[in-house]
Parts: sequence; C-alpha cells; structure tokens
Amino acid sequence: MADLFTDFLGIKSPNPFWLASAPPTDKKINVLRAFEAGWGGVVWKTLGSQVKNVSSRYSAVDYHGSRVMGFNNIELISDRPLDINLKEIEECVKLFPDRAMVVSLMADNNRKAWHELIKKVEDRGAHGFELNFGCPHGMTERGLGAAVGQDPEITGMIVEWVMEAATIPVITKLTPNVHSVVPAGRAAVKAGTNALSLINTIQSVTGIDLDTLVPNPYVDGKSVFGGYCGPAVKPIALKMLTTIAQDPVTSRVPISGIGGVTTWKDAAEFMLLGSTSVQVCTAAMKHGFRIIEDLCEGLSNWMDEKGYRKTTDFIGKSVEKITHWEDLDINYHHVANINQDKCIHCGLCYIACEDTSHQSINLQYGKPYNTYTIKEEECVGCNLCKLICPVDNCITMVEQRVAPEYINWKEWQKQGLPLNDH
Amino acid sequence: MISNNRLTELEYQANFADIHPPFETRDAAAVEANRCLFCYDAPCIKSCPTSINIPKFIKQITTDNIKGSAHTIFVSNIMGAGCSKVCPVEKLCEGSCVYNLMHEEPINIAKLQRYSTEAAMANNWQLFSRKESNGKKVAIIGAGPAGLSCAHVLSREGTDVTIYEKEALGGGLMTYGIAAYKVTPEFCKAEVDYITSIGGIDIKYNQALGKDVSLKQLTEQYDAVYIAIGVGEARQLDIPGEDLAGVEDAISYIYHLRTSDYKEMPVGDRVAVIGLGMTAIDAATQAKRLGAKDVTIVYRRTYDEKPCTDVELDIAKLDGCQVEWLAAPKEIIGENGKVKQLVCSRMKLGEPDASGRKSPVDTGETFTLDVDMVIKAAGQMPFSELVNTEGLKNNYGKISVENKTVTNINKVFAGGDCVNGGKEVVDAVQAGKDGAAEILKFLGV
Repeated sequence: MADLFTDFLGIKSPNPFWLASAPPTDKKINVLRAFEAGWGGVVWKTLGSQVKNVSSRYSAVDYHGSRVMGFNNIELISDRPLDINLKEIEECVKLFPDRAMVVSLMADNNRKAWHELIKKVEDRGAHGFELNFGCPHGMTERGLGAAVGQDPEITGMIVEWVMEAATIPVITKLTPNVHSVVPAGRAAVKAGTNALSLINTIQSVTGIDLDTLVPNPYVDGKSVFGGYCGPAVKPIALKMLTTIAQDPVTSRVPISGIGGVTTWKDAAEFMLLGSTSVQVCTAAMKHGFRIIEDLCEGLSNWMDEKGYRKTTDFIGKSVEKITHWEDLDINYHHVANINQDKCIHCGLCYIACEDTSHQSINLQYGKPYNTYTIKEEECVGCNLCKLICPVDNCITMVEQRVAPEYINWKEWQKQGLPLNDH
Repeated sequence: MISNNRLTELEYQANFADIHPPFETRDAAAVEANRCLFCYDAPCIKSCPTSINIPKFIKQITTDNIKGSAHTIFVSNIMGAGCSKVCPVEKLCEGSCVYNLMHEEPINIAKLQRYSTEAAMANNWQLFSRKESNGKKVAIIGAGPAGLSCAHVLSREGTDVTIYEKEALGGGLMTYGIAAYKVTPEFCKAEVDYITSIGGIDIKYNQALGKDVSLKQLTEQYDAVYIAIGVGEARQLDIPGEDLAGVEDAISYIYHLRTSDYKEMPVGDRVAVIGLGMTAIDAATQAKRLGAKDVTIVYRRTYDEKPCTDVELDIAKLDGCQVEWLAAPKEIIGENGKVKQLVCSRMKLGEPDASGRKSPVDTGETFTLDVDMVIKAAGQMPFSELVNTEGLKNNYGKISVENKTVTNINKVFAGGDCVNGGKEVVDAVQAGKDGAAEILKFLGV
C-alpha cells in the first residue's frame, strides 16, 4: 500500500493534507478534532496584533443547485489573545506529536515586531512558520497581508527580517492578487525563505442581494471585497502554482499547494504540479473534517494503481507537460466521435457546436429523438461537444494527425506554410 | 349490497387526497429542476401535444423566475396547471425524457409544471394582456379544455368570447370526468376563474346546445362559432341485464362522485368495472376508495394491449383492484331487479384489428363473477344525435373537419373530443389553440 508520509523541510506529517490557516485552525478544540479525524497537519490561523472582527463574515457562490462552488470571507487574522493561542498550540503539539504544526504569522511592518512575534511563538513546539503575505481584506488597509505580498521589495525585506530570527523552517504564503506570483516568490526565495505556499484568497464580490441591493456578505447595509477560495479558484491556483514550479528561482524551494482542494484528485493535481503538501480549508468548512478519510484513501488507491509507493514518486511530474503555445504540435489533430449506442439524443453537443463553435454536428430530425453525427471534415477538435455531453465516454476525441511529423508554430512560420484553413 | 356512507370522514379525506403531492419547498423543486439537462429540440417538447417549452420552464425554476416559468407553460397550454395533474405524462413528456435512455428516473416534469402554475394561480399573476378590441364576437359551445383554450387565445387577440356551457361549472371533463384524487372540484373552479381572469370571456352556464341554444341562432348572433362539446355518452355493452339496478356507466358515476359528498356516493360490496382505459381505472379506484370490498376490472385483451398506462394500472393494483384479463361481459344476472352476477366470456387473442392491437376472440368458455355493481367503462360515444340535428357533417358522431377545425357549416369550427372521439385533456387544449388560429384567420384579424 502507498505511503502518504510527507516530509516538508523536516516538517513531518502522516499524510500531505494540512488544514490551511483559517477559521478551522484557530483554536484547540477544532485542531484536536481535525487531528482525531486524521489530518496530517495544520497551519494555525494567523497570529499578529490584536484585531476585532465583524458580523457577518462569509458569502458564497452557488452553481446549478450546488452550494459553495466559491467561498468568500472578510474575517481577519486570529482575534483571540496571543497567549491563549500559544498555550493551545503547545497542548495540541503535545497531544499529537506526529502531526505537522505550522503557525501563520503576520506582524506589523517593522523588524522589531517580527522578531518579537517569532520569539514569542518559537519555543511553543511549532514545526514551522508560514508568513501571511496574502490576506486580501481588512489587513491590507493596515499595510499588511496582501499589501506586503503585492510588493516584491517589501516581501523580500520582511522575509529577511524573519530569517534573521527564525530557527524553524519558514514558508512564505503568496497572494494571487497580482499579475504574476513569480516576482514576489523570487524575492522571498532570494531573501532566504525555506519554502513557498500558494495561493491565498482572491479579492472578490460574490454577489448582490437583489432585494436590498447590498453585496454579500452583509454588514449592516454595507459590504467589502472579500477573499475568494473554494473549488472555483482551483484552476487559477494550479496555473499560479505551475509558474512557481517552473521558475528557476522559485522552484528551488518546496511548495505547499493551496486553492480549492476538495477531493483527492484535486490534491493529486496540485502535487503533480509541484506541491509537496496541500492545504485545505473550504472543503472542510463545507463538510467537516471527515473528508480527510477519502482524501487519504483515494490518493492512496490511485498511487497503488499507478505504482507510486511514496508521494515523492509523482510530485512535480506534470510540471514539464505545461509548455508554451508556440511549442505545441500543429500537426496534431483530433475529431469528435459520437457513440450512437450511448447517445441519449439531448442535442446539447449540437446546439453548442452550431451556435458557438464550428457547425460540425449534423442533425437528423426524429420524433421524439433526433440523431446527431459529427461532420469530421468540419470538426476542429475543440472538445466543446465532449465537455458538454452528459454521458460518460459518449463523445470521444479520435486522433487524426494532419501529418506524422512534429511541427510547431515557430517552424510553421519559418517555412512559410499556409495560415488560413478556410 | 349497494350502500353509501361506508367510511369515516377521515377515511374519505385520506382516500381522496391528492395522489401526486406538490413540491413543498423551493429547494425541493430546485433539486429536481437542476437535474434537467436542458436538451436542445427536446424530446419532451415533441411529446407534448401542446409543445410546451419544457426545458425552458424548468430552467426558469432554477433561476427563480417562476413568473417566467408559468408564462412559458401557459403560453402553450393555458390549462397547464390542470394538465400537470391529469396528463398521462408517462406516455407523453416524461416518457420521452432522455434520462429514460440512461435508465435513470425521468425529470418529474408534471410536478415541476405544477410548481410554477400553482404559484401563478395562488398569486393570481396576470401573465397575459388583451390586445385592443377587434370588434369581433365568437361563441364557443362548451367550457371544457378545448373551449377554454380557444377562448383564451381569442381573447388575447382582442376578440370577445361568449361560452355556452351546459353544466353549472366550467372545466368540462376536468371538473366532471376525472378521478377526484387527481383534481379537486375547488381546483377546477379556480383554474377556470384564473383562465377567464384575462377578461373578454363570458361563460353562460346551464346552456345546452340543442336545448337552450341552437347553432343557427349562434351563427346569426356571432361572427364565428366554435364547437367543443366533447363526448359524453357511455358505450353500451348490449348484453342482457344491462338495465338492472346496480349497472352504472363510468361517466355518470364519476360525474356524481364529483358533484356529491363522498359519503353520499353509493357503492357495491363487489364491483366489476368493464374496460381498461383511463376512465375505467378512475372508476375502479374510486369505487375501491369509496369502500367497495372487491373491485375487479374486466378486460377483453391482455396487458400488452391495454389502453391505460402502467402507472395508472399500478394505482389500481395498489388500491387492491383485481384485473380479469381476456374476459368480456356476456350477461348480467339479476335477482329482484338487482345485479347479482356477471357472466363473462373467456377470450383469446386473434389477428390484429383496425387499431393494430390483437383482437379478442371468444373461446366459448364462460365464468361467473359474484358482483352487486357493474360499472361500464368501455369507451365514450360522441353526441351523434345532437350533431346530426344541428346539421354537422360527421363520422359516426365525430364532427368532420378540414384543417383540423373547419366544419361543413360556414362560420362554424369544432375541436377537441367531439372531433377526435375522445383523447387527453392536453390534446383538447391544443385543438382549442388550432381552432382559435383558424377562427382568427377566418375573421381576418
């Protein structure tokens, strides 16, 4: 059976699943429940100067009858007294010494404040720090959180301060509220961070109450931008993760992947793109800590099927498969095929192709069931029909290379090959 | 023994409660609505005689546009609320839902349709407005589904409509001819009121064609006349004993059930129902639910040829009704003028008949059922005599038409059961739309 044991800079956990720094990790009662449920580790909710929260704090985006496709919060860092947090961290580490205990930090923007905070936290048993340079709401107005992470220079400066004082591993958490996460990531690595984690939440407005006209979440007739996370942000997180995993500077350090991880499949994807551990929050907030069971079992079964004995056997394996557009093979071509035995005649492929794509599906009228077939000569192989079809493997894409040899766009241009197919 | 008042008030209430309860909450409707794939050129639309844009109205439930959803339904079928309760959807929209091809439960279209249309009725949403008056006047005979549907389209287009209805209430078969657990009298009245709330439709009740009004009179007074008188007369068995006390025809039996208190409805201990159409099922289940001990449905052919749907038959079976397959009534034996026994011929299947179904052939064997009530539900006959008297060209009583609705008499149009011989409510609604379209063309408006 596959071994999920994870060693992240010496921070050991029985599996790669950590709870991200967030409400589920802000006190002993939650963290103990998480550890009892089987979570590999936690990143304790950010400690820093004393804050005060508002009510309400969360909002969500539902999609097609499913709740919380995306999740949004305006909660600040921990609003509990530092002493209580530290006492509880110590107790949790004692009760579950085999789990990873990383503490998220966000001090005021001066060397002294960071050094003092690190000093206070360091000898309480935690295995690592995560620097919160990503919180996109509330703290940014004070010049903290994302305000730090958005400026590579300030990021580097603070990481330097931290590295002067820290004796345990330091992970720098990056904000996605930038055009690229790489500059801040590089700055952090150059300043000595031991690892990176990403992404933090994305600034958002999730929606507006159409009766009151007040956006969500509602705080006495007003709202603010919140931090967006959950399944909706996963593709954005994976893209940002890839840029970090491919950059020659940032790829030197381990990565903890964050952003909409809900299932073991999501976790496998983050790991294939370079994450050593993955952090989860929204899925746990929606379903409770019990989801750890399938996260572990599913990942383990997949690893067994694929012959991976430990997570390092597959971490990063997909990084090199994301290339530049101009390196793609122009001679690769595939066309859709509809399996008539599986087709349920819903017509969804037809109308999508006809209205919005390449008019490559033929409709033969029937009462009540129409027959749909692919016009292979028109099909550009865009995948739209296959993506829309509600029946598994009813529409498949069949490879029909234009020519056997590989040729990319640069070469195509160089040879002056024809551009217009139509 | 035939007697009434067999059950307690609570038992009657339970037995005649809504057989298809509605969605209780928005969430419940949304879960089902979200299952809909939103098919293109959807099979369900093509299987609805009124072509309701079903995927659209379901999608509108998911977007909380219930008003739009109701409009989508009503624009194609003004009796969409009633149809959601009485349509044999298993052989229409739901029967062709693509989920059937995935061996999944089809979308519960009827229940969703009920959700939107009942919201519209409960809130009295006025989803249609009348065009400016075009000065034309049309008379409609019969306030059933075909008549009301025709009236609504005509009124929308600015035509003034007067409906002559022989009963004291509108709705036709919906009000008088369908099992009470499918539609209550209160609902039927509310539906008629909702349809006519558009204005421009005046219903004159207790006005029967051939008795209180004549076609001649109406064609003189109005610019056009639409006949939607339905069918009504039960097919006779033409067997000895048919006039014994205790022999009922299903049409009038259900009519009485729909117009009386349940406790006043007499029913036998042992009831035989002749036929296996929808009306036969309704009669059998209603008899059982009124307190009959045994109900046996007597049907000439087999399961494969039955005219009712599986769903309907299941209702009867779950109510405890028995079915005697391959049996045809031969003679009703009486005692003191009352039904005592039903003698049946044992049939076997022969060559296909005109309907394409295998025809029943008498084997010569007979058997006898001890019964005290026989309900005849072997089909309905058109009003042949009336139609002939009014000078309408017809085919064994079914009014002959061209272009779906044009009769042999100038200015006179017809549609619904009186033309097709008796189909579903939803077919009559479509006939009403077709009639209105042709009348508007005729009127040049």
